[in-house]
Amino acid sequence: MRLYEFEAKEVLRRARVPLPKSVMARTADEAAAAATEVGGPVVLKSQVLSGGRMKAGAIKFADDAAAAKAAAAEILTITVSGQTPTGVLVEERREVVQEYYAAVTWDGRAKRPVIIFSDMGGIDIEEVAEQHPEHLSRTHISNLAPLSDYQAKVAVSRVGVTGNDLGPLTRIVAALTRVFVERDMTLAEINPIGKLADGSFVALDSHMDMEQEARGQHADLLRSLGIPDEDTRMARPPTEFEIAGAKVNDADTRGIAGNITEFDGNLGLIIGAGGGSLTLFDAVQSAGGNPANYCEIGGNPSVAKAAALTKLVLSKPGVEKIAVMMNVVSNTRADMMARGIVKGVIEAGFDPAEKIAIFRIPGSWEDEGFAILRKYGVEFVDRSVSMHEAAARAVAKMATT
Amino acid sequence: MAMFIRVDIDEAVQGDEALKKNLVEACPVDIFALDGGRIVTVDANLDECTLCDLCIQAAGDRVKVVKLYRD
Ligand code: SF4
Repeated sequence: MRLYEFEAKEVLRRARVPLPKSVMARTADEAAAAATEVGGPVVLKSQVLSGGRMKAGAIKFADDAAAAKAAAAEILTITVSGQTPTGVLVEERREVVQEYYAAVTWDGRAKRPVIIFSDMGGIDIEEVAEQHPEHLSRTHISNLAPLSDYQAKVAVSRVGVTGNDLGPLTRIVAALTRVFVERDMTLAEINPIGKLADGSFVALDSHMDMEQEARGQHADLLRSLGIPDEDTRMARPPTEFEIAGAKVNDADTRGIAGNITEFDGNLGLIIGAGGGSLTLFDAVQSAGGNPANYCEIGGNPSVAKAAALTKLVLSKPGVEKIAVMMNVVSNTRADMMARGIVKGVIEAGFDPAEKIAIFRIPGSWEDEGFAILRKYGVEFVDRSVSMHEAAARAVAKMATT
Repeated sequence: MAMFIRVDIDEAVQGDEALKKNLVEACPVDIFALDGGRIVTVDANLDECTLCDLCIQAAGDRVKVVKLYRD
C-alpha cells in the first residue's frame, strides 16, 4: 500500500529525518492559513498516490497566503494520472545547492534489501543508473544481521561523498533504512534530499510503499497517520475486472483466487502455487506472450471457485485462450482444478480443447485430473515439462490461432 | 448440472434413518440432504465431491460414487 507524501514525511519526521516545515491542507482556505503558519515563500504539492505531479501542473509556488489560496484552489481541481488529490501539502520553500537520492527497496534477485544512493537527486533515477552509473551506489543489507549505520555510510560514501556531508547524509539514509525494515516497506525513498546553503540537509519529497500483507502488523502506525482500514491505497483504483475477481474470491472461502490483476493481453492466465504465479507470468512474457491478467490461485480451491475464475477471465474482451499452469501442487488437487477449469470453459460457452492452450498442474491427484482433461481433449503436461516450457507452448499456440 | 460426478443411492437406504443421518453428516461437501424424509443428492454440490469415500464407508455398496469422466 502506498502512502501519500505527507504521510511518508510524517513517518520520516518520527524517524528524526530533517524536513522542511509543512502543513497539510484539504481546502484552499486551509492552504492560505497553512501558508501563513509556515511563513515566507511556499511550495504547494498535490497529494496523490502517483507521480507526474509537476508535469500535470499540480505543484505550484506561492509567496504569500493569497497566492497560496489561489494555487491550492487550482491544484485541487487537477487530476493526476486519473487521481483526484486528497489535499495539498503546503511546504516551506527551500533553496538547495545540491540534490541527492536515497531509497531502500527489495532486490528480488539478491533476495535482500538494497540501499540505492546517488549524488544526482531530483531526476529520474533510472536515467542516472543508465547514463551516470558512477553516481549511483547499490549496497545490500542482511536479512538477518541487525542494521548498522555503517551500511548507510558505505552507501553514501560509494558515490564519493566525504567530509562534512558524510555524517548527516549517513544519518538520513540510516533512518530511511530502519523505516524500510521495521515498517515492512517495499520501497522507502527520499528524492531529493536537498543540501541547503548552510550545509544542512532536508528531505524534500518522499515516496513509501508498505507490504499490503503487513497492514495488520502496522495497524498502530496507520491509525496514527489517520488511514482507515477500508482505505486500500492501491497504486490505481481497481478495474471492474479486478473488482469482479475479488468477488469471486470472497464468494467462496475454499482456497484462494487472489491478486487478480488486469492486463491488456490476449492470453488469460489461471496460475499459482508456491510463488508459481510470478514465475509463470514472467515466463509467458519472456516467451513473447501477452497476459490478459495475473492471478494467484491455490490453497485447494473449490470446483465452483476455479470455474468462476475461469469464466471471469474468459469474459474479458480480447482473451483468446487461457493457460492453466501451476507449480507442483501438494495441498491443491489437480483433479479439482481440472474439473473447475473445464466446467468454467463449458459454462462460458466454449470448447475446452480449443480454449485451454495448456494445462500444467502436476502433483496431488494428477492422474484423476489427467483423466478429466483427456476426456475433454485438453492438452496437458506433467512435471517433466518445466513451467517455462509450458508457458512457451501456450504462447506458441496463440501465434497459430 | 453436475458434469463429473454422479452419486447413486440405493432405495434400501431410505428405510435406514440412522444411515441417512450419517450420510448427511459425513459428506464434507454437503452432497447428501434430507428432503421430506428422503435422502437425496444436492446437484449443485456433486462436482465438489472429494472422492473421500466416507459415504461408502458408511453405506457400503448401497451408495455408489460414479466418475462420469471415466466412462
Ligand atoms: S465420496 Fe466423500 S465427498 Fe464424495 S459424496 Fe461421498 S462423502 Fe461426499
